[in-house]
Amino acid sequence: MTVVERREIALVDLLDRLLAGGVVITGDITLRIADVDLVRIDLNALISSVNEQVPSPFEEP
Amino acid sequence: MTRLRYVYAVCRPFRTPLQAQLTGVAGAPAALLHHHGLVAVVSTVPEADFCEEALKAHLEDLDWLAATARAHQGVVDALTTVTTPLPLRLATVFRDDSALRSMIEAREDDFRRLLDRLDGRVEWGVKVYLEPEPEPAEAEPVAAARPASGRDYLRSRRERSHAQEERWQRAERFAHSLHGRLAERAEDVRLHRPQNSAISGTPGQNVLNAAYLVPRAHSEEFVELVDRTKDEAPGIRVELTGPWAAYSFSGEASGAQDGAEAGAESGVHTGAESGEGPGVGR
Repeated sequence: MTVVERREIALVDLLDRLLAGGVVITGDITLRIADVDLVRIDLNALISSVNEQVPSPFEEP
Repeated sequence: MTRLRYVYAVCRPFRTPLQAQLTGVAGAPAALLHHHGLVAVVSTVPEADFCEEALKAHLEDLDWLAATARAHQGVVDALTTVTTPLPLRLATVFRDDSALRSMIEAREDDFRRLLDRLDGRVEWGVKVYLEPEPEPAEAEPVAAARPASGRDYLRSRRERSHAQEERWQRAERFAHSLHGRLAERAEDVRLHRPQNSAISGTPGQNVLNAAYLVPRAHSEEFVELVDRTKDEAPGIRVELTGPWAAYSFSGEASGAQDGAEAGAESGVHTGAESGEGPGVGR
């Protein structure tokens, strides 16, 4: 079998799991992280960070 | 400075000690809190960074989010070498040990049920991409690439979009068939939203982003199956990630109550007549 390389995990793959998966705890805790729209937050963060470095794909070359 | 408890995972007690230098988010060492026959894996974090307000701000900071996510994953990954952890969602924080113990008492039945279900299983991620379209125009002389008239321009645009549609449909059919085959070898399946290539920085369009729950003992077989499909379809790329702790199978939607739904879902994907691919979006 081809050995699958374990490269560094891509952040998007990690966030798919850590922000959309995992046991969600609600109740008597200090934070209600489940109430926060994490997916939106992380996408905004990612998009704005991408935009700083990458020119818009819609501009003429 | 006030300290909060950050919780990574809940496990059954395990004998092998954790790596001595295993550090969690914010650089503090991971520790175990035993309660009611379960173990919470925790570390202390400063309230200044992990109280609700601070956390909301930090989560919009990509560097902070990345560092925290990787530290969380580092602890969970270390746990997978000694036990089958039940991973918690990122940034699950408690005021103190007593609040954490109360939570364990309140949720212990859920935890035991999920731990039983996940015992000895891992998660594999499989993504299918439609490779970026080759650019025939580049090979041609620049003059030929310029349409002679408006009508030519419209026609060539139509042809391009038609070809693109066909490539997309072929990728969807491939993803559909691959997902069906993989789902047969998996105990459960979760479809994540296809990733935006601008965000992932990965070339091509992501048409399938799926997670499969597979017994460790069958993992090699599963990986071989994915490997064999890699050269099946030209213009399509398959990526495998894992083994992961079963993050995608620990969320609210997981568990016995939606077993029927998951079964029906995988049933749909094996039906060749269904026009819709699994989790396929544009």
